[in-house]
Amino acid sequence: MIAFFSRWASLPAFYRRAGRWIPWLWAVAAGLLMAGTVGGLVLAPVDYQQGEAYRILFVHVPSAWMAMFVYMFMAGASASAFIWHVKLAEILARVSAPLGAAFTALALATGSLWGARMWNTWWVWDARLTSVLLLFFLYLGFMALQAAIEDRRRAARAGAVLALVGVVNIPIIHYSVEWWNTLHQGATVSKFDNPSMTWDMLWPLLTMALGFMVYFAAAVLVRARSEILERERHRRWVIDEVTR
Amino acid sequence: MRTSLATAWWAVLRRDLLLSARRLGELGNPVVFFAAVVSLFPLALGADAGLLRSVGPGIVWVGALLACLLSLEGLFRADFEDGSLEQLLLSPHPASVLVSAKILAHWLVTGVPLLLITPLLGVLLNLPPLAQTVLFGGLLLGTPTLSLLGSVAVALTLGLPRGGLLISVLLLPLFAPVLVFGAGAVGSALLEMPVLPYFYMLGAELALAVTLVPLATAAALRASLGS
Repeated sequence: MIAFFSRWASLPAFYRRAGRWIPWLWAVAAGLLMAGTVGGLVLAPVDYQQGEAYRILFVHVPSAWMAMFVYMFMAGASASAFIWHVKLAEILARVSAPLGAAFTALALATGSLWGARMWNTWWVWDARLTSVLLLFFLYLGFMALQAAIEDRRRAARAGAVLALVGVVNIPIIHYSVEWWNTLHQGATVSKFDNPSMTWDMLWPLLTMALGFMVYFAAAVLVRARSEILERERHRRWVIDEVTR
Repeated sequence: MRTSLATAWWAVLRRDLLLSARRLGELGNPVVFFAAVVSLFPLALGADAGLLRSVGPGIVWVGALLACLLSLEGLFRADFEDGSLEQLLLSPHPASVLVSAKILAHWLVTGVPLLLITPLLGVLLNLPPLAQTVLFGGLLLGTPTLSLLGSVAVALTLGLPRGGLLISVLLLPLFAPVLVFGAGAVGSALLEMPVLPYFYMLGAELALAVTLVPLATAAALRASLGS
């Protein structure tokens, strides 16, 4: 098992395997995102309460899901980097952080646009919004730490500790903010407790979510490949690979 | 003869306290900073007593948080520069336990002075006596958590140029829960609502931090020292 895993995680093998997967992943992601966009923007019925503006949720909800998923992915990669010193895991944790930050920023931006139409304000200090904002800061802190430490191995170990501390703190932050909000400002305008949606709206949403996920996989592999090249640039196999 | 863990822990604590006692001048800095930050707010917000009373708890908490943040930078620096930090990690005792003594010493010399000046600041901000007591209690439970969480970030940024700003970026989101419960307790006291739940939450965070953070800090120190 360990032998299998270490062979799988060896950087040259991973580099080549990822190179074969990437075109397929891009194709699948493009197909899913296209289907989801058409389904969400054209085919799905108009919401009787929110009108056409609700359609931004087909982008907003998947990016919010991804914002959380990527942090978990990063923490998982960090944990395996920290415990087993797997180089590949270090690389995956490092390259997924900017993507996670981008998803978080996208979730905040689209949520703000939606709020401008629905709540007539760009921002409320609602529990959910605030905890996503703090999640965004956690991503930025992780990236700042990675950028500040020149030695990649040391950066990876420091980043792993930070990601694990962060992952313990995320639920605490989430619930503390929820508490803060509910005690301080009573009922906030919240549309999240809508009854379950119709299938016409659900399938584009799920398609988009899946598309985001595959897009993330493709983007992570692309970034991991260039990170591998940069890290191993003095190795024989990289020189062979590039000059071939 | 091998020293026992308790002896080693006590020696680390005693050494750090002695070192701070020899540099009494530096002890005052966080307190002065804290008082100065808090007294800037009335200048910015206006001297209306009612307004100051309602935003006072938040001001004191943010001030304490910033003072704690700035004082953290020195937590491991001297030991890192003269190499005694490496000796600490090389000792046969678990580094996490020894590190906890250093964090405790740091809280005693920076957190406790902040606590002592809080009643005075409370008077300046027109807080009623009950709210002042709650503010004090909240800081008593909350500042050790800040010192603990801070030690991880300091350990991670050890020896980096411009580490101070980076520490703040890493820590501010992690400090949010303490701020929420600490300032929330005083707000609740001002409205004459129960404050104990807030104290329970602050206590729970402190308990969690005491148990987990020294492990993370020791791991972070190892990562930073490259061993």
